[in-house]
Amino acid sequence: MIYLIIEQALNGLQYGLMLFLLAAGLTLVFGIMDLINLAHGSLYMIGAFLAAAFYQSIGSFFPALLLAIVFTALIGMILERLLYRRLQRMSHLSQVLATFALILIANETIKIVFGAQPLMIGMPPSLSGAIEIVPDELYYPSYRLLIIVVGLAVALGLYLLVNCTRIGMWMRAGASNPGMTAVMGVRIKPLFTFVFALGAALCALAGALLGPLLAVSVGMGESILIPAFEVIVIGGIGSMRGALVGSLLVGMIDTVGKLVLTLGLRSVVDSATASTLGPTLASMAVSLLMVAVLYFRPTGLFPARG
Amino acid sequence: MNPTPFHAAATAQTPFTQGLPGPWTAILVAVALAIYPLVMNSLDQPFYINLGSRVLIFALAASALNLALGYGGMISLGHAAFLGIGGYAVAVLAHNGVYDAWLSFPLAIGLAAATALLIGVVSLRTQGVYFIMITLAFAQVFYYLAISLPEFGGEDGLQLARRSTLPGLDLSSALSFYFFVLFTAGLAFVLLYRLVASRFGRAIVAIRENERRMAAIGYPVFRLKLAAFALSGGLCGLAGALLANASTSITPHTLTWHQSGLLIVMVILGGSGYFWGGLTGAAVYLILEETISDHTEHWNLILGAMLLFIVMAAPDGVMSLRQHLYRPASARADSGAGRRVANPDEGATK
Repeated sequence: MIYLIIEQALNGLQYGLMLFLLAAGLTLVFGIMDLINLAHGSLYMIGAFLAAAFYQSIGSFFPALLLAIVFTALIGMILERLLYRRLQRMSHLSQVLATFALILIANETIKIVFGAQPLMIGMPPSLSGAIEIVPDELYYPSYRLLIIVVGLAVALGLYLLVNCTRIGMWMRAGASNPGMTAVMGVRIKPLFTFVFALGAALCALAGALLGPLLAVSVGMGESILIPAFEVIVIGGIGSMRGALVGSLLVGMIDTVGKLVLTLGLRSVVDSATASTLGPTLASMAVSLLMVAVLYFRPTGLFPARG
Repeated sequence: MNPTPFHAAATAQTPFTQGLPGPWTAILVAVALAIYPLVMNSLDQPFYINLGSRVLIFALAASALNLALGYGGMISLGHAAFLGIGGYAVAVLAHNGVYDAWLSFPLAIGLAAATALLIGVVSLRTQGVYFIMITLAFAQVFYYLAISLPEFGGEDGLQLARRSTLPGLDLSSALSFYFFVLFTAGLAFVLLYRLVASRFGRAIVAIRENERRMAAIGYPVFRLKLAAFALSGGLCGLAGALLANASTSITPHTLTWHQSGLLIVMVILGGSGYFWGGLTGAAVYLILEETISDHTEHWNLILGAMLLFIVMAAPDGVMSLRQHLYRPASARADSGAGRRVANPDEGATK
């Protein structure tokens, strides 16, 4: 029982870290460029599909992952140059509509190019086993552990990038007041392009890493977009620390909450009802957490703008 | 937090007179909508009568959203929730053997309006992006509720054995249902017109233009916005009740955020803040969808491209193009329509 919860906590950590990869890009774009990008999930989907396509043509996981990241970052860069730069000056409503349109276009294009069937990415064979954490009691798939390690490494890397480098300083300055940052001599347009490409690359990393665990399918972007948005609103738009805390919170509530609620409900209602009700209540809890945070702290837990 | 309206340039978008139709337009629209099914009936095309019903239902939903979004400036990405609540209210009652429209329709409207009131109390405390996100989150809660509760049929939704019943009226034929929808939606449109033309409607528009100034003048800004939001939700609930009747089923798909997005798309297609915006948008959207999906399965691609083009070319909606054509070039140059206007306290708006 306790090991089951530990295992789910590890799953929650893994889900939270993947959410963080998306939320980090989203919060930067949101905070620095003041742009609502509903199509962020589409970049994640594109990254996953590119990884699957490269994997099928070269047959090896890590090079495919790398190629997918590079190409998705390029796509992000092109999108920023062609579209987002203009959208940035428009109202939030226009941004919602335009990026909603992008989702439709991306989904249909993927369907035309790759077909409606989900694609599979094979796990690297060296990581397909499980690691014994507690002898005879707790085994954990080594691939999931890899995801956790990569997620933590990226979080650390982003922390160093944002807090210890010049670009990071510009990013923080941009998030707290873009106009002032530009006036102080930061060339904010190349910074925007960089931030957007970075966000796209992180999306692709998350999409490709999750590829072997989930089926790579059209619409996968939308299912992770809403939690990612909830994360950044909970954490405070523009704040990297907020994105990390928010992701882990959402990941844990979603994963551990599912288990605990299902087990808890079993003592109240019959088990079939409990196993449908538990996951739902967990998903609802995440939405309600966001509502509560917004109600009591309207700018999130770690507001980037003081 | 700074109560700057989301769209300071909107003054040019819908002046009070532009937003309201003349009586002749209304009569013309009503007559056209009443003749349409009779023509289709004589041509023996019940499919197009049903399409007409769907157009009217979505016109009602989009117009309800238009009250909040176009007139009130509240960008709600969660109006599908109210559509779904209305639909599920009818469906759940029908599932329990209650088909009486006199019972189910007021319940649908009341539930949706009450939910909108509760959501509004919380969401209207936030501004801008946060409002968009919080309405989205609330709608997701209802979506999760619908897919999980066995009483609501889970992923499959609920089937209605037949349409709601009214004493002395049989709604089962396409034609009679169309006229029922036309009558109900017509009533709602009259209500909307009275609302928009009233002091209340003007106050709502003024709050959209400058919330801080309205508060300073002494208007109860929060209560007015809340009332508009609740009314908008209630009318959306009515549309949902009609929708469940039109297809004699309701699925959780009605509650997805995709649906909320489509409602906004309809409002923008038609023109946000224009009285006929909802009707025009719903008609254009559904007719395009119907004709284009006949030729290709990639309707969404075309819709996306079209939408992107509209946002880029006419950020204030299709209806604003008309104004652009009428206005002299000099006035166009400095209006900056759709752009965010430079604002001394821009940095604090988020």
